[in-house]
Amino acid sequence: MSPRPLWIRGGRIIDPAAGVDAIGDLLLLDGRVAERGGKVDGPDDAQVVEARGLVVAPGLIDVHVHLREPGGEHKETIATGARAAAAGGFTSVCAMPNTSPPIDDPASVGFVVAEGRRAGGARVYPLGAISVRQQGERLAEIGEMVAAGAVGITDDGHPVMDSGLMRLALEYALPFGIPVADHPEDLGLSHEGSMNEGLVSARLGLVGKPNASEDIHIVRDLLLAELTGGRIHLQHVSTAWGVEAIRQAKARGVRATAEASPHHLILTEAAVEGYRTDAKMNPPLRTDADVAAVRAGLADGTLDVIATDHAPHHYDEKESAFDDAPFGIVGLETAVGLVLTHIVGKGVIDLPTAIERMSPSPACAFNLPGGTLAPGSVADVTLIDPARTWAVDPTRFLSKSRNTPFSGFELTGKAVMTVVGGEIVWRGGG
Amino acid sequence: MSRSAAATPGLGKDLVGIEDLGARQITSILDTAEPFKEISERRIKKVPTLRGITIVNLFFEASTRTRISFEFAEKRLAADTVNIGASRSSVAKGETLVDTARNLEAMKIDMVVMRHWASGAARFLAERIPSSVINAGDGAHEHPTQALLDMLTLRDHLGGIAGRRVCIVGDVRHSRVARSNIFGLLTLGAEVGVCGPPTLIPPHMRELGVRIFHRVEEAIEWAHALNVLRLQLERMEAGFVPSLREYNRIWGVSRARLAAAPEPLLILHPGPMNRGVEIDSDVADGPHSVILEQVTNGVAVRMAVLYLLRGGRPDKAEAAKAEEVA
Repeated sequence: MSPRPLWIRGGRIIDPAAGVDAIGDLLLLDGRVAERGGKVDGPDDAQVVEARGLVVAPGLIDVHVHLREPGGEHKETIATGARAAAAGGFTSVCAMPNTSPPIDDPASVGFVVAEGRRAGGARVYPLGAISVRQQGERLAEIGEMVAAGAVGITDDGHPVMDSGLMRLALEYALPFGIPVADHPEDLGLSHEGSMNEGLVSARLGLVGKPNASEDIHIVRDLLLAELTGGRIHLQHVSTAWGVEAIRQAKARGVRATAEASPHHLILTEAAVEGYRTDAKMNPPLRTDADVAAVRAGLADGTLDVIATDHAPHHYDEKESAFDDAPFGIVGLETAVGLVLTHIVGKGVIDLPTAIERMSPSPACAFNLPGGTLAPGSVADVTLIDPARTWAVDPTRFLSKSRNTPFSGFELTGKAVMTVVGGEIVWRGGG
Repeated sequence: MSRSAAATPGLGKDLVGIEDLGARQITSILDTAEPFKEISERRIKKVPTLRGITIVNLFFEASTRTRISFEFAEKRLAADTVNIGASRSSVAKGETLVDTARNLEAMKIDMVVMRHWASGAARFLAERIPSSVINAGDGAHEHPTQALLDMLTLRDHLGGIAGRRVCIVGDVRHSRVARSNIFGLLTLGAEVGVCGPPTLIPPHMRELGVRIFHRVEEAIEWAHALNVLRLQLERMEAGFVPSLREYNRIWGVSRARLAAAPEPLLILHPGPMNRGVEIDSDVADGPHSVILEQVTNGVAVRMAVLYLLRGGRPDKAEAAKAEEVA
């Protein structure tokens, strides 16, 4: 059944894929963009949304989220995660397969797809595991998983320690047109670490993960992508040298895409002071020099997408000694505010570039529909109020989990309406 | 992060780390410990200062000397003490640290002395219960009363701390004793060095203003005092050093090596010692070793800490020790 026509009037339409940035109307019909720009004469039965003062963007896409289902439903479910995504302004998310059991066969891929459809929030695109049970030994049924709906493969949660296996994955994935996403980390250097290795870890008496543990696998992955002609997607890049290595590899023509997370663009290891487990994630928060390099990488396109690595954990689990707490923070409901306030607001990139990094670029990296408002495109739209001031209150999250270091942050900029396939799946101000 | 302590010698609710203390606070604790030393010399080793106060010694890691030292300090101040060891406590049944804390709070305990395997555990507990929390060692982070007794001992023998050169020898990477000593000695104006194999010395220590030596001969030539740390068997098993034998051959504090020093060095060790590994017996038992004095000072320092955390005034400590137990 088609949704009612949706007529979004008078907003600032920013469609980076088409080079559009102008005040105008947007008409959505039958789940597709019918008209974009200028004054549109909408049908009488259209639902009208007055968007003056708002930004009208192609639906935002987060290519790195953990929805915890199956197995971790106390932290999040596909349904709560999809709705939290919509509340954050996202129309699509890519779900990581490190669940319990992991998503490593077509049946479990199908499960995630079906649950995502039922949720009524953002679209959920699963990634399948690279290896059976994510154990890093042999390839999972990649072709079958793609046929069931997987848009990429990753062993995230874990790195792929065996370079031979990573090479096989990059080669084998080629005919299916999907990227191989990697969590770059050399466990031999970092497996006991709980934060960045540096002065803070030395003072706090915590074992650290050195930059080298991430850099070594970033460089390895780039070289293997070069060797095989495969597509590598580097997740949550946090190191200065990692950014530079990607820049150099892309210049050589390597088919690489890479992520920057809001927290690695904003926070440093100083956030861990006092053993705050809400600042514990992997890769860890690092130094000012690393943050500066990640920002520069986002600005010049070396880092193609902003992805949250939304990692919900139950309050009980994070309420523990630092070494015992699990890694990760939620991110879906703070990303837009953080990016607008601390990235665009600080002049690292302008607003159209931010939208580019959060919509067309992620769509391109994983061959997803959307990313543009060109007529004929899927009707996924995000409305943002760039002037809305709000304070981060985790008790109001739609996510089941509250683990964020940004609690209480005063932000400017918020998604106020999320449209998926022409349907308003979320609307809110507060 | 250090809280500025310039204004007041008061310690606040807890003693979680030396890093939180200013020079005046550290000096105040050392000064307060002096009168308490004498109580241990008496026939009746008790004053009523903490009568009616309940203290729990909550030890998640096995420890004989530190726990006994605290227990003596508590009993000599007439407090009521309870010991909870990890094997007997409900931690073995999976109770979380949070719940242990809440249970203690519900029992209206006045003070908790805790040793735990996780760095940050003392601060974790201190933030969640109204009782005073004294850190008896949290993971690799801090062991503040050890550093305080080390500094008291150094002060007694070197005539002061500022400008003196103290080198910590051994596994600094994993050592809470090293960290607390580094923070405290730097705050009091000492020159601090660390010495050991590079695998056991975090390079970032340099950024704190600490000198790094990789050869013990150089450390001996430089220092006025050595604080020698125990090298644990686990470090060899984890591959940080190839063997205990090699460690002793290259970094062991021996009489021959010490003989090369221009002036005799003071020798400290937090104990327990691995004789023949990090320190040779003729050094540990030699004329410049103050290891046993450290133990004696430990009880006095812990009495001072307990006294000050209960709101005792440093200038009243002399009077406190004069009270008779009824």
